[in-house]
Amino acid sequence: MRPTYLLWKTLRAILTMWLVVTFVFFVLRLTGDPVAQLLPDDVDQNTIDFYRHLWGLDQPILVQYWRYMVALTQGDFGISFRDNQDALQLVLSRLPKTALLGFVSLVFALVFGIPLGVIAALKKDTAVDRFVVGFAVFGFSLPNFFLGILLILAFSLHLRILPSSGSDSWQHLIMPAFTLGTAFGAQIARYTRSAMIDVLNKPYMRTAESKGAGDLLRLYRHALPNAAIPLITIIGLKMGELIGSAVITENVFAWPGIGRLLTFSVAARDLAVVQCILMIIALTMVVSNLVVDILYGWLDPRIRADGTPEAAR
Amino acid sequence: MPLLQVSDLEVTIAARSGEAVKPVRNGSFSVTAGETLALVGESGCGKSITCFAVAGLLPKRANISAGSVMLDGRELAVLDRKAMRLVRRRDIAFVFQDATNGLNPVKPIGWQIAEAVRLREGASWKASHARALDLLRRVGMPEPKRRMREFPHQLSGGMNQRAMIALAIAGSPKLLIADEATTALDVTIQAQIMALIADLQREIGMAVLLVTHDLGLVAEYADHVAVMYAGRVVERADVESLFATPRHPYARGLLDALPRVDRVSRELAIIEGQVPPINAMPAGCAFAPRCARALPRCRAEAPVMLGGSDHAFSCFNSLPEREAA
Repeated sequence: MRPTYLLWKTLRAILTMWLVVTFVFFVLRLTGDPVAQLLPDDVDQNTIDFYRHLWGLDQPILVQYWRYMVALTQGDFGISFRDNQDALQLVLSRLPKTALLGFVSLVFALVFGIPLGVIAALKKDTAVDRFVVGFAVFGFSLPNFFLGILLILAFSLHLRILPSSGSDSWQHLIMPAFTLGTAFGAQIARYTRSAMIDVLNKPYMRTAESKGAGDLLRLYRHALPNAAIPLITIIGLKMGELIGSAVITENVFAWPGIGRLLTFSVAARDLAVVQCILMIIALTMVVSNLVVDILYGWLDPRIRADGTPEAAR
Repeated sequence: MPLLQVSDLEVTIAARSGEAVKPVRNGSFSVTAGETLALVGESGCGKSITCFAVAGLLPKRANISAGSVMLDGRELAVLDRKAMRLVRRRDIAFVFQDATNGLNPVKPIGWQIAEAVRLREGASWKASHARALDLLRRVGMPEPKRRMREFPHQLSGGMNQRAMIALAIAGSPKLLIADEATTALDVTIQAQIMALIADLQREIGMAVLLVTHDLGLVAEYADHVAVMYAGRVVERADVESLFATPRHPYARGLLDALPRVDRVSRELAIIEGQVPPINAMPAGCAFAPRCARALPRCRAEAPVMLGGSDHAFSCFNSLPEREAA
């Protein structure tokens, strides 16, 4: 990994973040006045003007933007309009819950998605393959909120073995993680299957067979390291979707993470908090893309350290 | 006694529609240790499938449905996948056409050869790597130490083919199958690779099954030739007699299609027509529809092998032994 490559990647990441911040800033302010949303209908004009001035909303939008950006560079993300808390502190206090849910879902998705995909590829065109593909289509076509509600009906309402909402114990984690992980795992199973089918037909797989390598050796020494390359790319790109789906899942199960905070804050036009959350989501995607780039160079010797493919001979 | 004796080999592929096709029917030939048999014929005539059948590398849907493959007195046609795997570790090695794609793109060259050594001898990785380096030296790889750590995309096609050969001879095999091993290479590199194979053959004493459609290579490197047409061996002979007096009209056609220095400015002969599709083989001789010498009998009845064991051919109306020029 050359330093210039890393520097270039970091600069691009910063540019991406700046575009996200700017876009979110202007779009949020175009969608309505937060003061009107927060205050009761019958307050007098003086009170409205007081809060407008307090939050700087009486300034021209470009001045607001300049102030916001200057504050950002000093680590000031603004304050929540609702409870005067520091926006960043508020979001960070909720972040561990989302991180826990996201991590457990991701592990669950990988643990069942990759083996299912591999088995389907090895048993291509058999009943096993068709079952896995059918299950995968079902898994990612089923909306998160619907699967979540089905689970609550079954395990909370009828069987009464799992709590339907909250985050107090590990039992609370099961259904949200299953909901979020199923859709993601189903997609991973499909991508694993197609990556494996592609690799299994490559000439080097036959070379491995001609050496007399057994099925397992060929699978984990030859097929998987090659299939991992496209797979890592897809998983990295899909991480953003995972966080996006977390917003819905957190709401279904009243999981107190940043997804749930986001829906509340959008409804209340709590601008600073919404901006802060969207920046964190964008940062997650930027970082996961960066990790993919690094992993890619490590997994695939054909990609040189500067990230450009070496010319084919 | 020949090292490899293939008799009446028949390969069946179960098609998804349920209809089975037989890309190889009645393939018979033999190779003696230390000698080279060239298997020649047009693309799609069953050369490669014959080799895959011999090495137990047929795809899942295909199997040997009749005939026998005897290697060193042992019947291979009846062995299961696991037993064939052991045969490939020790006795039969394969060199494929496109070495650059035939080597694993994400593994170092040295590791890939060491793996073959390890599978054969069960040695440690360290010892296997040391042996891999020896093998790379043996196949004339330039800068072998550096190449050990490099990947296929960093090497030229010729160097990759050398690495592939090193991998193949890791087990000192009795039989080396070279399936169009030099087709993808430049002519000069092709000559180097063929010379290397001939060298190793002398040293290890292995038999070589050379699959090619290049009759120039056959003339230079093979001891015997088996000509295949539409899944059948139609003529078998030593190189000199085949080139001098081909008996089967198809073999004759192949030779006539070669450019020759002693017949200047003559147009190359071509064989009219096409190989019949695999699922619509004619009842009689498969070559009859394209054959100028075909008799009514050729279309009705499939010919069997005639002639002695040194020069056999399957034709009812074969060319005369001594042709009046």
